[in-house]
Amino acid sequence: MACIEARGLRKAYGTTIALDGINMRVEEGRILGLIGPNGAGKTTALDAILGLLSYQGELRVLGRDPWNERYQLMRDVCFISDVAVLPRWALVSQLLDYVAGVHPRFDRAKAEGFLAKTTIRRASRVRELSKGMVTQLHLALVMAIDAKLLVLDEPTLGLDILYRKQFYDSLLNDYFDHHRTIVVATHQVEEIEHVLTDVMFIDRGRIIFDRSMEEVESRYLEVMVRPEQVAEARALKPMHERQAIGGSILLFNGVDRQQLAPLGDVRTPGIADIFVAVIGNQHGQEQGAAQ
Amino acid sequence: MNTQSDAVLDSPNAAQGFAPAVIPESRLMYWSVVRELWENRSIYIAPLAVAALILVGFLIATIGRALSTTNPAQRRAVLEEPYSFAALLIMATTFIVSVFYCLDALHGERRDRSILFWKSLPVSDLTTVLAKAAIPLVLLPLLTCAITVVTQWIMALVSSAVLLGSGLGVAPLWTRLSLSQTWLMLLYHLVTVHALWYAPIYGWLLLVSAWARRAAFLWAGLPLLAIALVEKIAFNTTHFAAMLGNRMSGGAEAVTMPGSSPMDPMTHLTPGHFLTSPGLWIGLAMTAGFLAGAVRLRRSQGSI
Repeated sequence: MACIEARGLRKAYGTTIALDGINMRVEEGRILGLIGPNGAGKTTALDAILGLLSYQGELRVLGRDPWNERYQLMRDVCFISDVAVLPRWALVSQLLDYVAGVHPRFDRAKAEGFLAKTTIRRASRVRELSKGMVTQLHLALVMAIDAKLLVLDEPTLGLDILYRKQFYDSLLNDYFDHHRTIVVATHQVEEIEHVLTDVMFIDRGRIIFDRSMEEVESRYLEVMVRPEQVAEARALKPMHERQAIGGSILLFNGVDRQQLAPLGDVRTPGIADIFVAVIGNQHGQEQGAAQ
Repeated sequence: MNTQSDAVLDSPNAAQGFAPAVIPESRLMYWSVVRELWENRSIYIAPLAVAALILVGFLIATIGRALSTTNPAQRRAVLEEPYSFAALLIMATTFIVSVFYCLDALHGERRDRSILFWKSLPVSDLTTVLAKAAIPLVLLPLLTCAITVVTQWIMALVSSAVLLGSGLGVAPLWTRLSLSQTWLMLLYHLVTVHALWYAPIYGWLLLVSAWARRAAFLWAGLPLLAIALVEKIAFNTTHFAAMLGNRMSGGAEAVTMPGSSPMDPMTHLTPGHFLTSPGLWIGLAMTAGFLAGAVRLRRSQGSI
């Protein structure tokens, strides 16, 4: 059974189409990055998966219909939808008590263990904590829940680089165990690409790119080409070209490394570069990259 | 097939999946109510503060007025008069607290975005809304009763001390007050009027609180005013306004008017009449409808 399975998922707000027939399948044990520009439909897609809004089309999450079975689903699914959604009036100890009271899979000792590594005190109110500390607290609560699926929507937005790095490090080291599935939506691609196993690009309510990271690494290559060799390189049909100091950087899809080596310095491109190329091509000529 | 089932058994998560841990509904309800009390400390602080003020006022009255007069009858009168006033004041406080609580109950969590946290936990919208409705319908009437009982009891002790100190007997005071009977009447009044008869008011406020994006207070009142105005202009009648007034003035069916002033006030209670009055059941049906609407709204709502 796939963790998430969507077929023809649609959501419209009036005349605005937020999701335009999305098909996706996420297997257990994957860490999927859902990448897209602002307003592409990332949050709408995640909200549908979490049972926070109604939709048209078919959607199963852990075999359940999220819209009609949200609270049953929440026994196995956790989410951090945004930073700073913890109730500001709450004491840290009250949040621990409450989650321990209502969640069958919450391990309080584990949460206390995570908190012990931070400077968060049990008697603090959420409103007294810094933004980074609130995120640490939320993460400690979520990581102490033995869930099958964790959904993160821009979890590190507005945090400084230290907290951002810590966030993904603890997620990987203390939480992920190959039975769990994690879906992360963000437009800050660089900071998560090293943790992902799969990546999807979403643009204007459609999934336009859906690959595993191994595929990405084996198919996409980037070459720094000196001006005199650019014409030669262009003959190999790069999917994208951008200017850099001392030459052009050409991005190739499915071209052999041996073929590219004579042209210059070959390396694996970042997800952000592929994203720009794919979105650029998509917008330029509604063809190509969507596969 | 075999390999698949082996794999399932090997996986710790999948093994748990066979016996999904479920928290009983009663415990979910308990924690949902507890979190309301954590968030809204004013619902018990306000009546407690009023009770404290009443006691301070009563002490001043006792020391200042009762002891300054030498006329024993007058002294008695001063000591006996503020009991029902104290009960009334505490009741009015919790009613106002209830109104403001309801208006904020489903609005506040959307405004501060914490609804996204609450919804990430396995608690249904129905449980959440019922827990919030239980505050004005169950918890606050009982709390009002408890605070009033304790306040009046302390007042009676103070009065007794003063009377004893001035050489007067306390028996007439306790007979006159007949506190246990007063408290039974109080509980009856709170259950029939404040919980059951006012239920649609709280239901309506909770619905508005779930629906309004801002100015919940205005939305709670303006539509009612609009209906009353349209009715007045269109038909020159005031049925709607009369209906609202009837609801606000409280379930008259619960007691008979003391016409011949009988000795035992308990004979005024007419629970049978109250429980068979259509107004009560129409009100409760409306409450159910309002709460169902609030549940539906909360299901599809995120932060504002």
